[in-house]
Formats: sequence, structure tokens, C-alpha cells
Amino acid sequence: MSLLDRTVVFTAALRQAGMAVSSAETVDAVRALTAVGPLDREALRAGFAATMCKRPTNRVTFDTLFDLYFPPVIGDGLSVDDFLAGEDGTPGTATDPSRPAGAPDSEHDLELLRQALRGELLDVLLRGDDEELRRLAREAVTRFGSAPGAPGRRSWFAYRALRALSPDTLVADLLSAMLGDQEAGGLAERVARQTIIERIRAFEEMVASEVRRRLAEERGADAAAKSAVKPLAEQVDFLRASQRDLAELRRLVHPLARRLATRLTARRRLGRSGRLDFRRTVRSSLATGGVPLETRHRPHKPHKPELVVLCDVSGSVASFAHFTLLLTHALREQFARVRAFAFIDTTDEITRFLRGADLGDMMARIANGADLVWFDGHSDYGHAFEVFADRYPEAVGPKTSLLVLGDARNNYRATAAPVFGKLCAQARHAYWLNPEPRTYWGSGDSATRAYADLVDEMVECRNVEQLQTFIERLLPS
Amino acid sequence: MPLQQHAFADVADVHDRLRAAGYLADHAIATTVFLADRLRKPLLVEGPAGVGKTELAKALASATGAELIRLQCYEGLDEARALYEWNYKKQLLRIQAGRDEAWDETHDDIFSDEFLLSRPLLTAIRRTEPTVLLVDETDKADVEVEGLLLEVLSDFQVTIPELGTIVAHQRPLVVLTSNATRELSEALKRRCLYLHLGYPSPAREKEIVLACVPELPERLAEAIVGTIRALRAMELKKVPSIAETIDWARTVLALGIDTFDEEAVASTLGVVLKHVSDQARAIGQLKLGSN
Repeated sequence: MSLLDRTVVFTAALRQAGMAVSSAETVDAVRALTAVGPLDREALRAGFAATMCKRPTNRVTFDTLFDLYFPPVIGDGLSVDDFLAGEDGTPGTATDPSRPAGAPDSEHDLELLRQALRGELLDVLLRGDDEELRRLAREAVTRFGSAPGAPGRRSWFAYRALRALSPDTLVADLLSAMLGDQEAGGLAERVARQTIIERIRAFEEMVASEVRRRLAEERGADAAAKSAVKPLAEQVDFLRASQRDLAELRRLVHPLARRLATRLTARRRLGRSGRLDFRRTVRSSLATGGVPLETRHRPHKPHKPELVVLCDVSGSVASFAHFTLLLTHALREQFARVRAFAFIDTTDEITRFLRGADLGDMMARIANGADLVWFDGHSDYGHAFEVFADRYPEAVGPKTSLLVLGDARNNYRATAAPVFGKLCAQARHAYWLNPEPRTYWGSGDSATRAYADLVDEMVECRNVEQLQTFIERLLPS
Repeated sequence: MPLQQHAFADVADVHDRLRAAGYLADHAIATTVFLADRLRKPLLVEGPAGVGKTELAKALASATGAELIRLQCYEGLDEARALYEWNYKKQLLRIQAGRDEAWDETHDDIFSDEFLLSRPLLTAIRRTEPTVLLVDETDKADVEVEGLLLEVLSDFQVTIPELGTIVAHQRPLVVLTSNATRELSEALKRRCLYLHLGYPSPAREKEIVLACVPELPERLAEAIVGTIRALRAMELKKVPSIAETIDWARTVLALGIDTFDEEAVASTLGVVLKHVSDQARAIGQLKLGSN
């Protein structure tokens, strides 16, 4: 397959993964390919990224696919450099030629090799040499990452290689080596630990990408591409997000809020301007000899809704509630007032926690500081709404937009629908954001049916993208 | 349009000349700049504040011996500020001065070069010498300006109804920067090469610090960069960028601190973290309060 064909196939894979690459951009990519030449792989990557990957959130997907379609080495680690070096007669391959890969090693040999590799890994992690680290990842996958799969094929697993080397258990040794005679605890240790964690993460990522490459070799890049690409951060499901995804999402809050705010103000500004500003019109007419060529207008006063957020913070929905609270809080300038209430089976105001210095561990502080459990700590929407209506009757008024966050899984308890209906009637708007897929609504103990008709709208809100669309709609222009 | 002279021979050349201009580019930056020069496409640089986007344009200008023309974008920027404007006050004076003239003469006269106020975009197109055009903070400008940029950047020509079409003698190297406060339109992105500048690797950041603050001992630079990385790993409102790392290095040098310990960090934390809540968080997580 020529490089040109390869590029076209690669472009198709990018599109398959949801990136918008136009044909003009493909042409640019090929021009970039001719300009930098095919030998410098990192330059080629940069060139392709510059022409085809124009959103930072797509970069991980891009890199994964690039590694699949333009692998750095082939087989057990034969690279272009080795090939060029090989012509001079110097063996440059990472593997020992006397023992072809895949040949059965004895148990004892494997154990020795494992020890040796671990020792080497410790050394390389300490020095932080990326090239060496990549070579080790390759070696580890070759030796320990494979298992016989379907007949005539081998399958590759990142966890096998990582289990064999278990880099996480090296942290203590690395720390003591890095700190030397400095005292443990305190700043130096924290900094060293950060460096070590970053390097180990990098190593794990290298192993994973090496495994993807071997899989691609075994089954073809197209097949590997399908399973290798993770969903974009905006499309990660709140309820299924891993810890790392959640941290990533929290990082997204502020840029997202800023982007939303700019877009909303821009939309407001584009609307018709307000009443004639007589003074400024006369003032500007002086420049044209007293003829008012251009009239000046006062800006519109933006309408800002009051927002009351009522959120379920029990177990699994908590991460969704957390993210949404952070986002509404970050957008607070767009609202006249934001008040937040949380409930599990009873309700308490949590606005004070939003004001706190540090929002990262807000959920933990809410769990400790707020009075949310009344009976058994299982979601009870009915009782929570009753308490809310009873204790904060002034919270929901005719200017308020009421926002309920939760999956409405009520553990088959009473729904208190009439109370909730009254709340919704008092509010200017009432919306319910449900992090469950629409098809699950009303199944099992889900009380969505009882509530859906009472609110203006119940919205499916499973990922950041949907949340973003909703907030844009919530704020009137 | 005359044949273009390429400013750079290859990627390594970009690297060396940017370094000579005081900008340490990594491989991806150098390659992208090289392509921007080869393909003569505008380069859109996006990234958080303070990672050296504007610096890159400046270094590029000085590395190619070109003049830097800068268009600073802001809300409400319009064609009259970005492209050109007729100097109507002067035109009025001219009309009043020649009251007895025939209209045709006056007309030809007041729409000539003398009465044209050239703004950055037109200036860049009309220049005959090598030029780097920097469109700074493109995301701050309104969407209409993007439309204008599209037109100018795809053909490098401007049509002024009274004067005719002005075509660039030599395509300037164009660098657009953006903080990503809003998504730029797909159309604009499609016409540009895209470079995302993030936070650099520890080794490169150390090099940058040492290049900017050469008097700083290497040991201290390493400690500062390590601490900055630990700070970046926290969930902060405003993550410290390269500019802040350099400020911190300068502060440490100016105060004559020679061990970068808890005390030193705690007393100078304000240089890098500009939110009270961020500082509180850093002090808590780095256990700076205990001493």
C-alpha cells in the first residue's frame, strides 16, 4: 500500500471515529506529507495533526489512530532506524536474534527475564528517558503480553504485560532513590511522587498503544481502530464515567462555562438593540456637521433567571449532580441568583458549599456537612420534595427556573406528586435533567412517569454535550 | 502572483532559527511552522493563556527577518479597524477647499491613496517586504470578523470599490492565535493549519526557564518546574502556565532564595496562583502550612 493510499485510509478512519475531516484538508495533509517526507515519523504526525486534527479534544483519538496506521515499528520491534542501521551490519533490533519471539521460554527463563526487565524499568523510570521507556514497553508486550487466541492467531493484552512488570509497585523504590537523603514527607516528596506517577502513566499508555499496534498487525488496522478509539470527553456517559473520566470532566467545567457564557452574551448582543439614546446620537452627529447619520441605542437589559437546583446526590447519580452543580455555579454570572439544594431522602440547602474555597471535594463536604439522610439513606424523592416545600417555601417563586437533577429511582416509595406539581406550578419554568437513557425511563423503580408531566420538560442528559445544549436553551436571549 | 520564496529550508532549520530568535520550539511546533511556510497557509495557534502563542509569532518574524504586523482582536472590532477606512474628515476638508472644482475631479481626488487609512490587514497585503501578520486573540472578535478574515486569508486580496482590487505582492506568513474562549468557525479552521500549544514537557520547560532566566542555577530551575507540574496536576481554577513559571523563576532569583523548600514556595505562591481558593488548595495538598 503506498503512502498516499495509507493516508486516505487513515482519513477514512478519522472520519469513522467522528472527526470532521474535509477533502480539502486531506489534500493539505498529502501536501504536508510531501513537504516533510515520510522518514521522520514525528514530523509526519505533526503535519497530519496540523492539517486534519483541529480540535484539542480530538487529539487523543488522532494519536491512537495515527499509531495504528503508521506504526513506529513492525513485528517484534523492527523499525526504520534499525533497518537503516542493519545495512551497516550492526544489529539494532531489540530482540535477541538467537531466540525468535513467540518461541516457548521455560518458566525459569521467563522469571529471570521478568526480574531483569523490572530492574531496567526502575532505572529508566528514574532517568525519565522516553525512548528507552518505549523500547521497554515494546519488549514487555512482546514477552508477556500475548496469549494464544483463535486458531493460528495471537491475542495481545495490556494487563498481562503490566501485571508482569507491575510498575505501580516500583513507586516506593523510585521515591527513595529520587529523594536521596532529603527528608520524606513535605514538598520534595510530593513533587517527586507527581513526576513518578506521570512517568508510570506514560509507560502504561505506551504499553497500551504497543498492544493496539500488535493487534492491528494481527487483524488489520481497520479492525483494531474500531475497538481502540475511546469516546470524546463530551460524549462520556455520566453514569459510566471512570474516576479518571470524572477528573477530566471537572477540568472541562471552567473552559466550558466560559465558552457557554461568551456564546450566550454574543447571542444577546446580536438581538435588536433597545431604545434610542438621544444624548449619544446628538453627540455623534457632531462629527457629521449636526446631521445624525447614525442613531445610537441603549443596550437591552438582559433578562436573568433565578435558578434553583434541586439535586439527588445519592450514590451513582452523584457524579452527574456534582458536574452539573459545578457548571451552574461557574455560570452564576448568567443568573440573577443560584440556590442549590441536595437530597437523598431528605433535603438541605447546599448553596453555602458552592461558595466554599475549593469545589473539587465539594461532594465529600456536602455528604459530611449537610443533613441529607432522614430514614435509611436510600433515595426517597417523595419525602425529599415534601421537606423542600415545607422548609423552603420562599425558594421557588414566579421568577425562578427550577432544575431537578436525578434519575427518579424512588425505591418504590410514595412520589408526593401533588406537592411537586405545586412547586412546578409556582416556578416560571421547571426542568428535570435525567442522566439515564430515555429507554430506561419508567422501568423498575423509576418514577419518571409520575413526574414527567408535572415539569415543563424532562430532558435526557447523559453527557456533557447534551448538558451544554440544554443550558443554552435554558438561558433566554 | 510571483513565485514564493520559502523562508525555511527544512524542519531543523526552523528549529535552529527560532532558537536563535529566543524561542525553544519542540519538534511538533517546528514542523507545523515549516509547513505553514511551505504551504503558505495561515497558522492557527490555540492554547491556554501564557504558553507562548504570541511569542511564537514574534520569534517567527525575527527569525525570518520580516516585519511583524499585529491585529489585536477585541469585541466590536470591525472592518474599518481591521482592513481600511476612508479618512472622511480629511475628505470633507478637501471638498471644502476646492469649492469651484467640477465634481468629477473632486471625486477622483478624494478617493485616492492619500485619503485611505490603511489598517493592519491591508497594510500586510500591500507590503512588498517579508511580513508576518499576527491576528491576536481571534476568539475575542465577533463572528463577522471571521467572515472578513476568511475572505482576506484565502485569496490575500482586498477589493476597495473606489480603487479596485489590491493583490498581495508576496503572501505574508499569517499567525492567528486563540484562547479558545469560543470555538472558531469550521470554515476558518479548515483554511488554516492548526497547532495546539499545551504545557511543555518537563525537560523543555526547564530549558525555557533557563533560556529566559540564565542566571538561575539549574538545580533551582528543576525544582521550580517540578513544583509547577505538581500544581498543574491539581484541579485548579487557573492552572499556572509557562509565563508564570518564568515569573516564579525571576522571583526566586530576585529574592536570592537558594533552597526551594516549603517556606520559599509558601511565601512566593502568589506569583503563580492568582485565586485565593487555588492557593488554599495548593497549601493544603503540598502540606505547606505545617512548617
